Amino acid sequence: MENYTLKINGESHQVTAEEDMPLLWALRDLLGMKGTKFGCGQALCGACTVLVGGEAMRSCSLPVSAVGDQEVVTIEGLSAKGDHPLQSAWIEHVVPQCGYCQSGQIMNAAALLQRNPNPSDQEIESVMAGNLCRCGTYNRIKEAIKTASSKL
Amino acid sequence: MRPTFPFFKPKEETDSSKIFKPSRRDFLKLSALASGGVFLGISFQCSGPKGEDVIFAPNAYLSIDKDNLITIIAHRSEMGTGIRTSLPMIIADELGADWSKVKIVQADGDEDKYGDQNTDGSYSVRMFYEPMRKAGATARHMLLMAASQKWKVAMDECYAENGMVHHPGSEKSINFGELISDVQKMEIPRSEDVILKPFGDYKLIGKDIPIYDVKDIATGKAVFGADVDLDNMKIAVVSRSPVVGGKVISVNDSAALAVNGVEKIVKIEGAGLPAGLDKPLEGIAVIATNTWAAIKGRNALEIEWDLGENQGYDSVAQLKDMLESTKESGKVRRERGEIEEAVKSTSRTIERTYELPYYAHATIEPPAAVAHFTNGKCEVWAPTQHPQWARGAVASALGIEVADVTMHVTLLGGGFGRKSKPDFVVEAAILSKEMGSPVRVQWTREDDLHHDFYHALSAQRIKASLDGSKNLVAWNHHTVFPAIGATSNPAEVHPSDGELGLGCVDFPYDVPNIRIETHESKAHTRIGWLRSVSNIHHSYAINCMMDEVAEARGVDPINHALELLGEDRNLSFKEELDGDFSNYGESIEEYPWETGRMKAVIQRVAQEAGWGQNLGGNKAMGFACQKSFLTYVACIVVVEKGGDGKIKVSDVHYAVDCGIAVNTDRIRSQFEGGAQFAHGLATSSAITFKNGKVEQHNFDSYQIARMPEAPKRIHVYIVDSMEKPTGVGEPPVPPYAPALANAVYKLTGKRQYKLPFKI
Ligand code: FES
Ligand code: FES
Repeated sequence: MENYTLKINGESHQVTAEEDMPLLWALRDLLGMKGTKFGCGQALCGACTVLVGGEAMRSCSLPVSAVGDQEVVTIEGLSAKGDHPLQSAWIEHVVPQCGYCQSGQIMNAAALLQRNPNPSDQEIESVMAGNLCRCGTYNRIKEAIKTASSKL
Repeated sequence: MRPTFPFFKPKEETDSSKIFKPSRRDFLKLSALASGGVFLGISFQCSGPKGEDVIFAPNAYLSIDKDNLITIIAHRSEMGTGIRTSLPMIIADELGADWSKVKIVQADGDEDKYGDQNTDGSYSVRMFYEPMRKAGATARHMLLMAASQKWKVAMDECYAENGMVHHPGSEKSINFGELISDVQKMEIPRSEDVILKPFGDYKLIGKDIPIYDVKDIATGKAVFGADVDLDNMKIAVVSRSPVVGGKVISVNDSAALAVNGVEKIVKIEGAGLPAGLDKPLEGIAVIATNTWAAIKGRNALEIEWDLGENQGYDSVAQLKDMLESTKESGKVRRERGEIEEAVKSTSRTIERTYELPYYAHATIEPPAAVAHFTNGKCEVWAPTQHPQWARGAVASALGIEVADVTMHVTLLGGGFGRKSKPDFVVEAAILSKEMGSPVRVQWTREDDLHHDFYHALSAQRIKASLDGSKNLVAWNHHTVFPAIGATSNPAEVHPSDGELGLGCVDFPYDVPNIRIETHESKAHTRIGWLRSVSNIHHSYAINCMMDEVAEARGVDPINHALELLGEDRNLSFKEELDGDFSNYGESIEEYPWETGRMKAVIQRVAQEAGWGQNLGGNKAMGFACQKSFLTYVACIVVVEKGGDGKIKVSDVHYAVDCGIAVNTDRIRSQFEGGAQFAHGLATSSAITFKNGKVEQHNFDSYQIARMPEAPKRIHVYIVDSMEKPTGVGEPPVPPYAPALANAVYKLTGKRQYKLPFKI
């Protein structure tokens, strides 16, 4: 077991964990931050997406020891009041059905808009290809990303 | 409690609803919800299908407190259909509540209090539309009466809106909350005195109403099964028998116990064979302080299995045998006319076969549940579609009374029928008892795909015969698939009447000679129900065949369907069936099969999609229609060949008649999602077994639709209707795959007889 200091959502957190523990389980089990979801554990579904150093990362496949001093942002920290343009657009379009995949979808979209505030349909599709939604909310996700992008 | 299939057995009929004041005991239990106020329970006067004793069961609660806070209990499980919003919204609309101030509380699983909570079979709105209106109207009646007495004006001069009662004549208004102390002293009005609002007065019903949980979901605060956290909770990950029916011979757990954080190894006794629908599989659980340690511990287990009689099972071989069997005569399940005679004089018979694989549900939230067993009682938190079945299964597994199990229902990260089965909930309960602390059992994606209750693989053969004038005169449909019932009873080797009622024997077309036959097959894994159940394979075969018949007749497929549906009339299949017609648990008199309604959705979708227009060489349309769960759906899929030669679905058009449309936004979202769900079934998903084991492990080998290949635009046309409302969770799925296949044929000239097919 090792001690790690993680910078999450602007705050420092201490965790004691095995070095191979994925960041996902450190967030969920050790820090009680349940907004980031587990869907596949193999970087195949995107449910666990968080920002690490500004990039979208699959936290299920990123060992806690590899995070270092990079800033981690989770759905809980995307905005103070839950009013990030993506979150507002998600609410406006009533994107979620069951909602389980949506934290990951929003975090992945956040990284996309940070890189390119004005993505084309095709870019949205290829960047979001790794985020599965079994309920099939893809078209509303796309619309919501475009709405958020127009408000940036 | 035995499993219930809303689409198989007649449900207890709701004759009328009764509104009552809960007993003091219920009142006390509910008092945590609000700081003193009025509570109304709704009870449904139910009689069994055969008119047995009348029982009363309270089904929902509404409370209004002095601070004007309205609390409505949602007693159905939320898995993405929006039901947690749609039913409370009906009460609120009748009441005249301020919807923005309504609080929704999720009910625990409790049959005595809420009646049947099995959220399945697309029937929540169908079953509860009337009672919910009645509940809201009753409360409104009492509030209006209280206000009118206070103001000494006539009650019918007052109205309720936005949480207030108004009297326009005197320009007086009062908050609901201020009337509560008066209402508390009143008797519940007689049912016949309570008047429902005219439809045009509704402000929520029939509109786009956002789901209650949307902000919590968008901010990561919504609580799903695995999000429940208790003090001192341990996490369990289980290694289950890779073959259904397998048993543990021996375990070497020393490496697992050596993993940092692993605390205990516990054996879960499995049901063996038959596997049953509500029992865990045999397995070894690794219980640890965190999920990662439990996963690592599980991977380090060395288990010797007796894999049992399914260890040689090969699904490819079974499907081949099943297909072969359809060449012979089977058990006749529907018969009309003299098919043998008729076929002799036909000039052409088209014979086609259709093969569909097993499908897994693959909810993005894998099964997970939390249990806390202490002092002979068990408290459970689970994402369950069927809280009462889960409660009963936990009680029987632990050997305690049902009353000693508290079943809290979390949000479900997808259900689709998987989370009706309580096996994972039972695991959590058993492990908590063994561990002496709260336990969360966490399934991984591999566990989910390996140990599902799968949609059955199926083989079908249809022979359609045309006479010399190209009339379709004979329809002979053979279908074979392992029955859901076979999971509990191996003697069930034919599909049940209920499964055949899902899109097979209810073949609605006016063909003079019809024979529908089934063949034997066995279940070598756990068979369950997946969003729209046997409609998936039946609709595929029938709609693809209808397209070929239309072509052979030289008739446009839509005209062909309209022609064969015939005059507007009500169909009843009973007299031609060997067995019962389940009609989704409703009487055929009350919910007839109306050809006119089907024709109307077909005409609507054709018109909206521009059917028949010249699309050029790179585009084509395909059509299919299917009534399922009492909802009429017609679907047109438009495919397009891109510059790269790849075929994509550019548009999907759905026309739907689901009676009164309660929440139009959620109807659309179910169709949007249903198309994506079905797109995966049609083009990429399949579960196969080799040596008794599932060959797919995660989302690399079990593919579902992803955004780039998902249908681009989905248009939903909701027919204006004042018919009784029917469900929309499942009906979008059945017509999609055949409409897609028919479109692909138009574009490429290639028919698709096997799912999934690559486009
Ligand atoms: S859980 Fe990380 S990508 Fe699926
Ligand atoms: S909303 Fe249910 S999985 Fe995406």
